[in-house]
Amino acid sequence: MNSAITVFLKEIRENLRDKRTVVNTLVTGPLMAPLIFVLLINTMVTRELSKAEKPLSLPVVGAQFAPNLIAALKQNNVDIKPAPTDAEQAVRDQDADLVLRIDADFAKAWDKGEPAQIEIVHDASQQDARGSVERLRKLLDAYAQRNGALRLLARGLSPTILKPLAVADRDQSTPQSRAGLMFAMLPYFFILGGFIGGMALAIDTTAGERERQSLEPLLANPVSRWKILGGKLAATTAFAITTVLLSILAFAAVGHFLPTEKIGIALTLGPRFVLATLFVMLPLAALLGSLQTLVAAFAKSYREAQTYLSLLMLVPIVPTLLLSVMPVKTQLWMYAVPLMGQQVAILRLMRGDAVSDSALALCFACTAAAALLFGTAAAFIYRSERLAISA
Amino acid sequence: MIDVKNLHKAFGSGAKKVAAVDGVGFTARDGEITGLLGPNGAGKTTTLRCLYTLMQPDSGQILVDGIDAATDPVAVRRSLGVLPDARGLYKRLTARENIDYFARLHGIETQTLHLRREALVDALEMRDILDRRTEGFSQGQRVKTAIARALVHDPKNVILDEPTNGLDVMATRAMRAFLKRLKGEGRCVLFSSHIMQEVAALCDRIVVIARGRVIADESPDALRAQTGEANLEDAFVKLIGTDEGLAA
Repeated sequence: MNSAITVFLKEIRENLRDKRTVVNTLVTGPLMAPLIFVLLINTMVTRELSKAEKPLSLPVVGAQFAPNLIAALKQNNVDIKPAPTDAEQAVRDQDADLVLRIDADFAKAWDKGEPAQIEIVHDASQQDARGSVERLRKLLDAYAQRNGALRLLARGLSPTILKPLAVADRDQSTPQSRAGLMFAMLPYFFILGGFIGGMALAIDTTAGERERQSLEPLLANPVSRWKILGGKLAATTAFAITTVLLSILAFAAVGHFLPTEKIGIALTLGPRFVLATLFVMLPLAALLGSLQTLVAAFAKSYREAQTYLSLLMLVPIVPTLLLSVMPVKTQLWMYAVPLMGQQVAILRLMRGDAVSDSALALCFACTAAAALLFGTAAAFIYRSERLAISA
Repeated sequence: MIDVKNLHKAFGSGAKKVAAVDGVGFTARDGEITGLLGPNGAGKTTTLRCLYTLMQPDSGQILVDGIDAATDPVAVRRSLGVLPDARGLYKRLTARENIDYFARLHGIETQTLHLRREALVDALEMRDILDRRTEGFSQGQRVKTAIARALVHDPKNVILDEPTNGLDVMATRAMRAFLKRLKGEGRCVLFSSHIMQEVAALCDRIVVIARGRVIADESPDALRAQTGEANLEDAFVKLIGTDEGLAA
């Protein structure tokens, strides 16, 4: 075991002297994710807020056919704009978020008490315009209801006759759960942090060591190869977990400065979040470390290893995408799947949902078992003759 | 003492199979310098790699101080000091740290380590570079560090793969003196070379290898007598039957 520790200490010392590695694992890796996140959230929040307060800019075709409707819209903070020459084209080109078109027969139909035709021209795939369309539709609905009620009253009927149902929303989402939806990407950033943190060492200790031709002298020492590998894996994991720890701490600190309360959501980033996240990420760092070492040991050169590992970096995003596309109910088995378990656990922790200690333990145990499996596979690769030969 | 018996090692498979070592056998004795001489690609490095158990021979036996390399490779590596073809130092570590790293892997106590390191540093005259990072070392400085690293555990047997490769005249002379010193300490020194003068100047025994086979195993004088050539280089050329790949 002593030799494994010797290898571990040497790898740590050597890599701490590499400025690029240190900056990547200890500064860029952990800080980039929270910073990108802060920027993202800030733009989102400010955009939402400014949208609600700003006058709704609305080009109208045929405004002259419905002066009363236009007047009502203007009262509700809608800025009526002159019509574009081609409404559909303007929306498609994103010159306008939406265009309101009033039929020439509007007044005729209105006076007869028939449904009067108006059209909202919009592009549903345009995320940006969705809020505006929603806002306009509400205004139009309110206008229609008001006038419908007036017509009923004029005929001596109660407007409530058209309201057999009284529907009220009782939203059960808590501020935390709404935050969780928004922050679904966060676990990926932590996992990515671990990946970036371990990457430099995984390559340096395998393909790099072989390329520098120092592996052959190293293997001539009276130490079994699995001990050498053990020390290297431990060093890789140590760097990865340091990145993850810094990443979590940075996020817990930065999270408090996010203007999340402005959109009515709150994050739970207390000590339990930090500790539990670290707990489930610990075996994952080891798993990623052994996976990276395994892949890098296969590679013939430093460059090849870098290419392979960059591709491997896409793997952790799979459960994130799956869970965001198919938001299924969290089930216990999910904790048993490495990567997915972390994803689910971190999301729930952040939302302040309960995660039982046994679920955390299951996540830890299964990921640790997978790490052990890949570590053994890496050790197996390490026994091969081909591995040591530099030239 | 190193005893190699009927060593075979082939690479590739099927039609592309190449026998790199094809029945090599020799003995390197304590207190002697044994030279493994042969043209490029003769199988010297592969033989040595089998010796320090980096590779497993397909068949044959290797005994180092009576220990079978196949049954106890770790013990064999413990009794060997190896300067491989690949010198590979750790660039971000100083020469001292490079030496200490290998010493620790051998499980040497701090106090012993200190004594051994100091003795080697004096013998190799490398005090001035000891605390410099090895990045930017000259070829000679690199070889010195690699040798100190290989010998810090005071091995009875020393294997060096082309130790004077890339060294200038002064460094080569210093290296020869150092090898003689190792011999004087009663160690078994085995080194490979493709350079005649070097082998002639140093060796008590010359093992000539060509195409994976031993074609002569004699003292320099016996070799000259056997081939009838007064000049050792001519003797060598006559032995391997071609002057192809013979670089001085």
